[in-house]
Amino acid sequence: MKKNKGKTLGVILFFAGILIAWQLVYFAGVDLLSIWKSYAMPSPSGVWISFIKLAGDGSLLAAIVYSLVRGAIGYLIALVIGAVLGFLMNHFEYLHRNLRPLVMGIQTLPSICWVPFSILWFGLTQQAIIFVVVMGSAFGMAISVDNAIRNVPSICLKAARTMGANKRQIYRKVILPASLPEMVSGLKQGWSFAWRALMSGEVMTTCTGLGQTLITGRNLADINQVMLVMIVIVLTGIVIDQTVFRQIEKRVYAKRGM
Amino acid sequence: MSLILKNVSKQFDDASQSTLNHIDLEIRDGEFLCIVGKSGCGKSTLLNLVAGLDQPTEGEILLNGQKVTGPGADRVVMFQEHALFPWRNVIENVKFGMEIAGLPKAEQEEKAMHYLRMMQLEDYRDYPIHQLSGGMRQRVALARALTLDSQILLMDEPFSALDKQTSNRLRKELQEIWMSMKKTILFITHSVEEAVYLGDRVVVMSDVTGSIKDVVPIELERPRYVYDEKFVEYRHRILSEVQGEEEV
Repeated sequence: MKKNKGKTLGVILFFAGILIAWQLVYFAGVDLLSIWKSYAMPSPSGVWISFIKLAGDGSLLAAIVYSLVRGAIGYLIALVIGAVLGFLMNHFEYLHRNLRPLVMGIQTLPSICWVPFSILWFGLTQQAIIFVVVMGSAFGMAISVDNAIRNVPSICLKAARTMGANKRQIYRKVILPASLPEMVSGLKQGWSFAWRALMSGEVMTTCTGLGQTLITGRNLADINQVMLVMIVIVLTGIVIDQTVFRQIEKRVYAKRGM
Repeated sequence: MSLILKNVSKQFDDASQSTLNHIDLEIRDGEFLCIVGKSGCGKSTLLNLVAGLDQPTEGEILLNGQKVTGPGADRVVMFQEHALFPWRNVIENVKFGMEIAGLPKAEQEEKAMHYLRMMQLEDYRDYPIHQLSGGMRQRVALARALTLDSQILLMDEPFSALDKQTSNRLRKELQEIWMSMKKTILFITHSVEEAVYLGDRVVVMSDVTGSIKDVVPIELERPRYVYDEKFVEYRHRILSEVQGEEEV
C-alpha cells in the first residue's frame, strides 16, 4: 500500500515537473526573449484556457464521442475483415504463400495514403473516414491472426487429434483458446493503428470529431487548441487501451499463468 | 483387441526423422508392450504410425482387422510433456476427450473424478495447469487418456522429461494401474530399466537398421523390483543388445 502511494506520488511529481518546465520555457522564449511568436507556441495555461472553452460549450466531449464511435465502427469492421482474412491465409497454404506477402506490403502503407481513394469513392463523409480506419488496421490484424494460429503448439493439436477431435472441434476447442493470448495482443495493436488512421481520416473531412477540432484550431491559428486536441487524442487512446484491451489481456493471461 | 503391424516401413524426405524398416509386430490383448532403443531407432516414428498421425510408406497397420488410416480415440496417445491445455484447469483437461466424444455432462464429471481419484489428484480438480509439478501434469495426462476407454493406450516416453525420483514413482503407479485394469499398452522408452520394469515383452530396436532386433518376453512376477537378481539379468541382457552396435 505504502509503496503504491509512493509510486503515485512519483507519477504526479513527474508530470507536474513537465508542466512547470514547459510553462517556464514558454515564459522565457516568448515573453522574456521574444524568440517565438505567441501564436506559434502553446503553453500549459493557454491549453487550459482552450480546455475550459471547449469543455464548457460541450464541443470537446461531442468531438471525443463522435471520434470514438467512428473509431469503434471502423475498428469492428476491420476486426471482422482481419479475422476472416487471417483465417483464410492460415487455412489455405496457397493463400499463405501468395496473399500473405501482399497483405504484409499493404500493411506497411501509412493510412494517410488511403485518403485520396476514400475521398474519390465516398466524398467528404463519415464513410470516407471509416474506410481509412478499416484500411489502416485490418491488414495488420490479419497478419496477427495468421501468426497466432500458426504459433499454436503442434503438441496441442496432436493431442486433440489422437483423442478423436475433428477439424471443427480442433478449431473451436484448441486453436481458438490456444491462440487467444497472441490474438488479443494483435487486436490491441490493431486498435492503436485504427486510432491513428482515424485521425488521418478526420482531418480531411468536415465531420465533427477530434481531427476536425484540431484542424479548426489550425484555421483559427489557435495553437493552444491544436495542442489540447493532441493531448486529448493521446489520453483517449491510452484510456481505451487500458480499460478495454489491457483488461481483456489480463484475464486471458492470468488463466494461463502467463 | 488385436493390433498387427505387417511389414511396415516409413521413409522421410528429410533426415531429421528416423526411418523404419520392415516392422512385423503383434500387440496382444491386455499386453504391456515396451519398445526400447536409442534415439534415432525409429521408435517414436512407429508410435506415430500406430497413432495414425503419420502414414507408413509401405505395409499396413491393422486394428481389429481394420486398416489404420488416421488418428482416433480408440488409440489415445500420452505424450512426453506439454500436451495438456494451459487454458483449461485440471478437471477440464481430463474431460476434454469425453467432450469430443459427446458424453453426457454427468457421466463426464463422474468419470473424470474417478480417474482423478485414481491418480490421487481429486484435491487439485480446479487447479490451473501452470501450478502443477511435472509429475502431477503427467498424472493428469494419464487420467485424461484413461477416460476414453481406448482399445490401446500409446505412451511416448511419458516419464522421460521428469526427474528420476518422480519418474520412478510414476512408473510404480502405472504398474499398479495396469495390474488392476489390464489395459493394452504400447510404451516407448529409451530406458531399459523402465522397459523391463513395465513390459510383458520388450521389443529392442536397432538405430542402425531401423528394424526390430529382438523381442524379449519378461517372465517376472509383478510387482517387480529393480534390485531383483532376475531383473538385473534381464536389464543387462537388453542393455547389451541396445548398446551392442557401438562395438561392431
